[in-house]
Amino acid sequence: MKDRLQELQSEALEKVKQAEDLKALQDVRVAYLGKKGPITEVLRGMGKLSKEERPVIGQLANEVRETISDAIQKKQGKLEEEALEQQLEEESIDVTLPGRPVQVGGPHLLTSIIEEIEDLFIGMGFEIKEGPEVETDYYNFEALNLPKGHPARDMQDSFYITEELLLRTHTSPVQARTMKQKDGHEPVRMICPGKVYRRDTDDATHSHQFTQVEGLVVDENIKMSDLKGVLNGFAKQMFGSERDIRLRPSFFPFTEPSVEMDISCKVCGGDGCSVCKGTGWIEILGAGMVHPNVLEMAGYDPNLYSGFAFGMGPERIAMLKYGIDDIRHFYTNDIRFLKQYHKA
Amino acid sequence: MLVSLNWLKHYVDINDQTPEELAELITKTGIEVESVEPIAEKMNHVVVGYVQSCEKHPNADKLNLCQVDVGEETLQIICGAPNVAAGQKVAVAKPGAVLPGNFKIKKAKLRGVESNGMICSLQELGVDEKDVPKEFTDGIFVFHDEVEIGDNAAELLNLDDIIIELGLTPNRADCLSMLGVAYEVAAILDQPFTPQEEVVNPVEEPAADEISVKVEAPDLNPYYGAFIINDVKIGPSPLWLRNRLIASGVRPINNVVDITNYVLLEYGQPLHAFDLDRFGTEEVVVRRAKQNETITTLDGQKRTLKPEHLVITNGKQPTAIAGVMGGADSEVHEDTTNILLEAAYFHPNAVRTSSKDHGLRSEASTRFEKGVDPNRVILAGKRACELLEKYADGKVLNGVVEFDDLDKEPKRVEITTSHINERLGTDISDEEIADILRRLQFRYEQNGELFKVIVPTRRGDVELFEDMLEEVARVYGYDNLPYTLPGGASQAGGLTLQQQLKRKVKNYLQGAGLDETITYSLTRANRAEQLVSREVKEQAKAPVRLAMPMSEEHSHLRLSILPELLESLSYNIARKQTDLAYYELGTVFISEEEQVTVQPEEQLRLSGALTGDWHIHPWQQEKKSVDFFVVKGIVEGLAKLLDLQLTYRQAKLPDMHPGRTAEVLLDNQVIGFIGQIHPKLQNELDLKETYVFDLNVEVLFGSYEKEEAFQAIPKYPSINRDIALVVDEQSFAAEVAETILEAGAPLVKDVRIFDVYQGEHLESGKKSIAFNLLYMDPNRTLKDEEVEKAHEKILSAVGERHQAELRG
Repeated sequence: MKDRLQELQSEALEKVKQAEDLKALQDVRVAYLGKKGPITEVLRGMGKLSKEERPVIGQLANEVRETISDAIQKKQGKLEEEALEQQLEEESIDVTLPGRPVQVGGPHLLTSIIEEIEDLFIGMGFEIKEGPEVETDYYNFEALNLPKGHPARDMQDSFYITEELLLRTHTSPVQARTMKQKDGHEPVRMICPGKVYRRDTDDATHSHQFTQVEGLVVDENIKMSDLKGVLNGFAKQMFGSERDIRLRPSFFPFTEPSVEMDISCKVCGGDGCSVCKGTGWIEILGAGMVHPNVLEMAGYDPNLYSGFAFGMGPERIAMLKYGIDDIRHFYTNDIRFLKQYHKA
Repeated sequence: MLVSLNWLKHYVDINDQTPEELAELITKTGIEVESVEPIAEKMNHVVVGYVQSCEKHPNADKLNLCQVDVGEETLQIICGAPNVAAGQKVAVAKPGAVLPGNFKIKKAKLRGVESNGMICSLQELGVDEKDVPKEFTDGIFVFHDEVEIGDNAAELLNLDDIIIELGLTPNRADCLSMLGVAYEVAAILDQPFTPQEEVVNPVEEPAADEISVKVEAPDLNPYYGAFIINDVKIGPSPLWLRNRLIASGVRPINNVVDITNYVLLEYGQPLHAFDLDRFGTEEVVVRRAKQNETITTLDGQKRTLKPEHLVITNGKQPTAIAGVMGGADSEVHEDTTNILLEAAYFHPNAVRTSSKDHGLRSEASTRFEKGVDPNRVILAGKRACELLEKYADGKVLNGVVEFDDLDKEPKRVEITTSHINERLGTDISDEEIADILRRLQFRYEQNGELFKVIVPTRRGDVELFEDMLEEVARVYGYDNLPYTLPGGASQAGGLTLQQQLKRKVKNYLQGAGLDETITYSLTRANRAEQLVSREVKEQAKAPVRLAMPMSEEHSHLRLSILPELLESLSYNIARKQTDLAYYELGTVFISEEEQVTVQPEEQLRLSGALTGDWHIHPWQQEKKSVDFFVVKGIVEGLAKLLDLQLTYRQAKLPDMHPGRTAEVLLDNQVIGFIGQIHPKLQNELDLKETYVFDLNVEVLFGSYEKEEAFQAIPKYPSINRDIALVVDEQSFAAEVAETILEAGAPLVKDVRIFDVYQGEHLESGKKSIAFNLLYMDPNRTLKDEEVEKAHEKILSAVGERHQAELRG
């Protein structure tokens, strides 16, 4: 019997070894370890054995069983692994095929520029103010020291609706409105972005509609050096820390002194090139100390309060930053233009 | 203003500054220099030549064969100019010369005859055609002056001059004169400058014998001075004067006209010369024009006047529009001998009105409009007399006949050093201030740190402390200001809720795949009223129209963003860009008045327009074109973003597809619409199926509440049940869903539609809608019987309200 069991074991192990798939292995299990299998049969025939032999054979039978069972288990694990590998092999795909596109839109370039400017000034404690695009002559001109008949009104020919109403020619009326709102004594620190309109024929450098961002600071003891400090900080963050600024005299009716701010040319670093027309500098914004008449009209005592204001054109900034050659691109909304600046 | 450097050097020593360095200094200190350019590129071998003989070319009718003495030699030159003649002194480009435009002069044979150079026109030498005297525009230039044969002609003609173009701001009218520029440059370079005195040698006969002056509108004409110059000889002006005019962009005409133009450029004071014999009378009367009075001006135009226009008259009829243009009748001619020279101060507004009404902008009107120096009016008249004596053989009669009510007092401004430093953030000393005033040639009385500044009248722009602040700052140098930051209580900057929401909505839409656009607010009349949402249409009387539009294309303010947005789609489609999803957040302008008198309401609206493929992934056979539900999904997502309940109501709107349009409501108020634009409109715009949305986001933002309280996460399981209901095909799914929610309350938390079917397995005229219901109680686990009970209630409610039957 002992021999029979050992024979069975080696036979079974040989079969396990030969089993090529899980089904064959299952057959081996049923054949050798099943209730009707040869080992069970051997155990059943133990009754015929002597008392001494019985435990020896019993133990051997169990050992054989276990050996076969272990072998099957091991083989099964191996076969399963192989099957899975094969399945995964079959599931393989061409990873170089394009993915399912995700539709992504983006902001208009002017919005990106304006929001960048907003965020820079918010960081310096500025509020963002807005105002109407259809303005009264008072806020658009008179409150800004441009009485009727003032020659500087020629500088910005306007779209009038009635004698008293017009499309604002700059966002400065928002400054006047804000000062009124602050009641002649609260400090002001704000910027006002928005659309403005002028009587210009649309061409590469003119647009009857464009955007502006203007800013205003009013408080006791505001100095011209503050203007220089704030705008220098802005310019370096907006255009790069390696850029220098310079102020030079200019004229705006609502500021005195008035200046224009240039930044050093990015292309030539200040040596002079075609972009900066050989000067090494590029004009970027207008600014100045708020004119006493403007403060007074808004209810601030010019002897106690002073302030500075500035204004810039996002179109111009975008054109300089990206080398865009035609202002009309901003308003024709060519998808190929818009998509270029989604990462901007 | 074009500034001739050679002329400027005559007044101020510019040291060894290069023109570019000087320009940089001028820009930094006061006035933006727009360009620095020579009149002509540098040239050699261009000399004065004497035409000894001039004969017809043997083989060409239109060419002349000239022998030209150029000093060291005599050159045979073939010249095609019609005005060439023997005995002329001309400008000759010898072989080897390179003329502007890289035009190389070489020996050549013309029709078999040798030509050794070229006799030049001014244009060929680089002078702008508009500045060339008329007599030379169609031919060569001929010297009228005493010049030496063989001398450098380019130098004699001032072609080596550098022109500095100043971009003057309206306040710096003082630099509309060479004297003004000289003061400015002298201050910048810290150099002395004193203008030379006018020297006139009048005859004994008083001017008052020949003319009288009466001003009837002293408010518009506070000063009028009349000089009489007799026996003038009209002819060309001297070369130096013509050179200066050409350098300044003014075409020389004759000595009398040139002299008035020259003084205008030099002093900034416009003058006018009348032919005294043609003037008509012996009195000058300055008055407001009569209504519909007419005058024929120098340019031959007959002009109708009105009382806002100031005119010079001879007591009978107008002889000039004051400060703008003279009359043709009294114009100086070739045969003029006696001159009435006007030197006047006309009020800026009077001149501005006339020049604007008649569309006449001239060097003169520009200066009057900005205000001339009251103390230079008479001096300019005298300067012209001096030049007329010298260069037109004129006899100046004694004295000036004048009306004088002009304030010539200089303004006084007080400044203190400490005030200046407070405003600039600087640490300038009293001595430095005094030095700056000296450089500017502003007189002052000093008392410690107090300066009482007497501002020269040439600087009409300096009136206030702040103006003086600017003068000090710019001469001190803006580069020398320190960088500081505003002091005082700091405030927290930031965005308002509405500004935050705008950014949030933009980010959402961009994440959803839409591109932002910015279109024009001004549009055509018909577009202004197109695709306007019902509530806007009800509120707006008519689109706001500009008083004087530049074009019909941009004549009205928009009531809807959509028409311009659709225009953008068309623009792209025409360029083969077919898949587009655009949105714009902007204002529309709603006026409740027929005739606008108050500012229209500016309403923030959000519009979108989509066309073409919404999603395409070809190799996996996925393709989805834009349809109603794509657009609705975007709007629903927006509502979710703002946590607002929007409802949709089928609507028929103009220019919209009658079956594929819905109005969008918030709290039962229409706030916009979505849908497909009408196929007819699609055709008109060359668009394929196009879907739009338009919403009043101001209302949405107004209803937005920032979530603050925490909502507990459900602890108990929910139960899902599906039902398929058969209803009439006209029924609205949303209404059935609403009934389910209502009847199932409070246990039914959500209803979703997962299938809609219509077809052979159903009775015709019916459709089946399958709903997935979510039952839940936040406080306990639901029992089957409760759900069953609620389900029964729902079935009977939909049966009753919508005649819905459970699909078998």
